[in-house]
Amino acid sequence: MERFTYKQFTGLDRIETFTKALYSRKFEEHVFNLIKNNTFKYPLYLSAGEEYAPATIATYLKRQNIKPLIFGQHRGHSIYLSFDGNKDKLVCELLGKKTGCAEGMGGSASIQGKDIDMFGHDGLMGTQIPIAVGACHATNRLTLAICGDAAAEEDYVMSAIAWAGTKKLPILFIVTDNNLSILTEKSIRRNWEMSTFANSVNVDGYDVDDDPKLIWHCLNNIKLPGLINIRADRLFWHAGAGIDNYVKRDRIKLERDKLSFLYRDDIDIPHVESQIKTDINNLWDKHLEK
Amino acid sequence: MGQTLREVIRELTASHLKLGNQLFGQCLTAVGWVNGTVPELTENDGLVELSMADVMAGGVVVGSALMGKRPIYLVRYQGFQWFNSPIIANYAGKSKDIWQRPCPIFIRSIAMEGGIGPVGGSSHHGLFYRMPGIKIAAPMTPNEYKQVYQEFMEGDDTVYVSEHRNSYNVDYETSDVVIDNADFILFPFSITRYEALNIGSVTNFKCSVFPQCWISPLKITTEQIDALKKSKYGGVVLDDDYPNGIAKQIAYELMHKSGKPVHVLCIDERTAGFQPHNDNFPPSKHKISEFLQQIYNEQVSNYI
Repeated sequence: MERFTYKQFTGLDRIETFTKALYSRKFEEHVFNLIKNNTFKYPLYLSAGEEYAPATIATYLKRQNIKPLIFGQHRGHSIYLSFDGNKDKLVCELLGKKTGCAEGMGGSASIQGKDIDMFGHDGLMGTQIPIAVGACHATNRLTLAICGDAAAEEDYVMSAIAWAGTKKLPILFIVTDNNLSILTEKSIRRNWEMSTFANSVNVDGYDVDDDPKLIWHCLNNIKLPGLINIRADRLFWHAGAGIDNYVKRDRIKLERDKLSFLYRDDIDIPHVESQIKTDINNLWDKHLEK
Repeated sequence: MGQTLREVIRELTASHLKLGNQLFGQCLTAVGWVNGTVPELTENDGLVELSMADVMAGGVVVGSALMGKRPIYLVRYQGFQWFNSPIIANYAGKSKDIWQRPCPIFIRSIAMEGGIGPVGGSSHHGLFYRMPGIKIAAPMTPNEYKQVYQEFMEGDDTVYVSEHRNSYNVDYETSDVVIDNADFILFPFSITRYEALNIGSVTNFKCSVFPQCWISPLKITTEQIDALKKSKYGGVVLDDDYPNGIAKQIAYELMHKSGKPVHVLCIDERTAGFQPHNDNFPPSKHKISEFLQQIYNEQVSNYI
């Protein structure tokens, strides 16, 4: 497989992407409050602010009828949710229960979804990238290899991307670029971009912000193996429940405004939001009571 | 004459690849296809040249294992494991425990000695020993190698196979040396067994010798522990790695099981160089003999 089949970004796609991203946001906000209430005794990594990349890619691949192998790392709740991982199992995992998606061993950082072919992460930043390349090479299945902008700097990540280029593997590297390595900004760490690195090793590289239209456009045009560096702002602390003091762009707010105007007859956003909130409350209440 | 260990490894590898599995490694055609242990095949047959960074290569192999390809990963010098092991040890070793996903890899790791320096020289199996979830074996004969491979294929664990080039021409099996009421019990690992089995030619001490193929899990038998209990001066663990690794750990376990003192004799606690005069060889039979004399002297002087 060298390219995806071209798919137009329809209003339906945009609404579905928004709904997925919104679900992840509300889920993370709920967990944020639980962290504040000391429900958990270990670090959790919230993906609020970064939901649009997995939500868009999941919607796109669904339209392609492709079920990929998925390799992510910490801050992966929205990847799991966007690709329709079992929500009960995620909640149980975060609560450390045997009924969790990693039988209570994975916590927040090492979640997996066997039903969606999502693999857990061991805690060493970026190891999922060479592992994903090996899995892709072994199966020739479309593989999503997702990491952050700091993990992407690891030498074994870069050499794995290069090897995938040499072997012309059907793999899509996604760099969720929140500009931060915990709190160290990218400009302090390097003066180059992942997309230019990818192009230098014959991997098709793109660099966009988390606008779903742009991501969709990249997916339609990218040649595999390919890499998309997607810029998004992390809304909460690196770990735990807190808010960093810098100006953030919130894609969900931006899209909510656009959809309210462009598709007001197709989606009742307050109603959808209320329904999602109710679902998430019920989901957590059910497992917290047990 | 039976098959040499080299031929056994080559044939097992060829049949492994015919099953649709993979073999990874760097410079697989080097030095006559890694001393004749690799069949002359291509990537279409499953032989994959991993020519990029070593740490990454271990990760690629883990990915293959997660997909059920039961990869053989060939590392031509055991010291290269310092770069090759991180992702294997930290992912393959934990995958079953954390995610209930087996990640079986057959790691072929080759030792040698002689003017090759501290990375190319000696065994480095102690590196993997501290990580739960990884089995370690040092097969030195054709049948031992077949048994280790069979155990790998029947199970779902990663197995670190600590090989030694000096054993590749071996075409026979070795037997334990069992002597009633022995003075010492020797437990040689890796290539040290061949010197240990000849200890009778250079010492007057009565020595039983129990060569060990498996390092983790340790497969020392009840009979061997009983022999240690009955020995006059205890046991000695011999190894081709540094002493502050598996050797002392195994000695510790043997002491608990037997109540007897167990010493270790390994390569010296110093860095080897790249010239013959600063090599760091595994213990010879003469060195083992001197060591036994030293233990004897200490025990007798303590008694007096």
